[in-house]
Amino acid sequence: MSPKTLYDKIWDAHVAHESEDGTCLLYIDRHLVHEVTSPQAFEGLRMAGRKVRAPEKTIAVPDHNVPTTAGRENPAQMTEESRIQVEALDKNAKDFGIHYYPVSDVRQGIVHIVGPEQGWTLPGMTVVCGDSHTATHGAFGALAHGIGTSEVEHVLATQTLIQKKSKNMKVEITGKLKPGVTAKDITLAVIGATGTAGGTGYVIEYCGEAIRDLSMEGRMTVCNMAIEGGARAGLIAPDEKTYAYVQGRPHAPKGAQWEAALNWWKTLFTDEGAHFDKVVTLKGEDIQPVVTWGTSPEDVLPITATVPNPSDFKGGKVDAAKRSIEYMGLTVGQKLTDIQIDTVFIGSCTNGRIEDLRAAAEILKGKKIKDGMRAMVVPGSGLVRAQAEEEGLAQIFMDAGFEWRLAGCSMCLAMNPDQLAEGERCASTSNRNFEGRQGYKGRTHLVSPAMAAAAAITGHLTDVREMM
Amino acid sequence: MEKFEKLTGIAAPMPLVNIDTDMIIPKIFLKTIKRSGLGVNLFDEMRYDRQGNEIEDFVLNKPQYREASVLVAGDNFGCGSSREHAPWALADFGIKAVISTSFADIFFNNCFKNGILPIVLPQEAVDVLMKDAEKGSNARMIVDLEAQTVTTSDGEAFAFEVDAFKKHCLLNGLDDIGLTMEKAASIDTFESAAAQARPWV
Ligand code: SF4
Repeated sequence: MSPKTLYDKIWDAHVAHESEDGTCLLYIDRHLVHEVTSPQAFEGLRMAGRKVRAPEKTIAVPDHNVPTTAGRENPAQMTEESRIQVEALDKNAKDFGIHYYPVSDVRQGIVHIVGPEQGWTLPGMTVVCGDSHTATHGAFGALAHGIGTSEVEHVLATQTLIQKKSKNMKVEITGKLKPGVTAKDITLAVIGATGTAGGTGYVIEYCGEAIRDLSMEGRMTVCNMAIEGGARAGLIAPDEKTYAYVQGRPHAPKGAQWEAALNWWKTLFTDEGAHFDKVVTLKGEDIQPVVTWGTSPEDVLPITATVPNPSDFKGGKVDAAKRSIEYMGLTVGQKLTDIQIDTVFIGSCTNGRIEDLRAAAEILKGKKIKDGMRAMVVPGSGLVRAQAEEEGLAQIFMDAGFEWRLAGCSMCLAMNPDQLAEGERCASTSNRNFEGRQGYKGRTHLVSPAMAAAAAITGHLTDVREMM
Repeated sequence: MEKFEKLTGIAAPMPLVNIDTDMIIPKIFLKTIKRSGLGVNLFDEMRYDRQGNEIEDFVLNKPQYREASVLVAGDNFGCGSSREHAPWALADFGIKAVISTSFADIFFNNCFKNGILPIVLPQEAVDVLMKDAEKGSNARMIVDLEAQTVTTSDGEAFAFEVDAFKKHCLLNGLDDIGLTMEKAASIDTFESAAAQARPWV
């Protein structure tokens, strides 16, 4: 047999039907659902008189729209439209008999944090969700990608997805990371190197010593932003860390099933000599703490750099850079560390896990945020929140002057009331710095949790290495 | 789904690169539980000021582009979130084809499910089409899916590639779910075999 990549292996294990032109029906093991991209899909099922084919493999949780402030079970806390959307999910979950974590459940949280946390996400699975950051689950060696609402309906009805195979891309991060450099810096540095379309048409496998060294939380951060690099999915081969994370979780296999699963999972790696259509290699030692300066995730620079000159770019990027600099209210040549920050947001499916909160708390311990700074922590799930409280992290955040919120997407996409005002500038641990993403005319700089904490203290973008 | 007929229409130029789905339809409009009615909010933050007045120099507000049915756009169109509200908004406005050098993956797939044809062409071809689009409403571009060509108002034609299955569905307005359900036997067989091989799933 010819050598296969990890992607080839998972793909081959899930093809339920292949047409002559190579169009496949890919069987889906886990379908995650949230309130924003699903109502039209359930409506479509109802209109056609169809059922959910595999309700036991379908898991729903409201996250995008929900308030993150106390007392949120009270519907009056939500805008009329948000309330209708969340209530629609409540009803759809009940009517179609799928697993559900309502807002009142401590296990509720961001769908991509809840899936792994509850053991729904396992190595070698196919996982989809009507959300582009489904790539997150690739950290477990699961083939996971975002789909549109029509596809959500398709998966609900048939438990399959019409797919053509993507190409294989390898992103290798060699060697060790320097202190102060995190998974977030890796993933941003990769996008900076390849561009937001660099992964288009590919499934990326991340490998190399620096990736192996990451915890599961860190690997999720890396895979989460595969989509910002244009890739359909990101993957990391499972190893002992993966098994240790998964074991004992509510929906993970147990007993003899665990052993059987483990045997298969151990075959999930890229064979020696397997073909990659594209290879990108970065040296771990060369990666520095980075920030974004513009309005595309590819606008990445080391924190020690200055705002670039649009004339340094080529083609359509010249105008895009001009527009970004104007939108972001920056001056060419300005030091990134001179950029003053109004707000700090720690959270999202990129950086809302326990390890992210630990990294930020480590910097904040015994310190206060800058006067006038608005700072909030929104844990990725109710369970992350509870653990952070138990570990004393919540107290550190509150003592420093942060708001300690309930779980949800919050200011990552600002669909709920957590939004930037016009012109307000935010250091954010989320994944998108698009125009208006965190609020109309809001300005977003993407950073790691430690860098976000550092900025909260000094009031400007800051090289976290100076505070360590 | 509506069939994709041969299209002769006005093309609007949007040379900006990386036009993302937040620009196409800002998230405040994602709170709907319907698919329709999003056309008025297409490109909302670029199209209207805070008071809701039209911004004059935005391309779709210009009199000559109000009836546009084709967009010619910069690289990597549709990047960002998976929201199908983006193609819903485009379709509701009346856009039936988008031309660029590259598209984000999920957006690209979503287009086909909503009767929109995303056309990938090399930079040189997109440059020519962009120029043609800049001529405004007197110029009509022709998109022929059957023949797989885009023709400028001057009669210069560019051939494009399209996946055979997707083309078939678009031309005939076929519903994916119905097609897949015809293969239910294959899915059943696969499902039982997988349950044997990987019972923990
Ligand atoms: S946290 Fe942000 S990126 Fe993640 S699912 Fe929620 S809105 Fe999407």
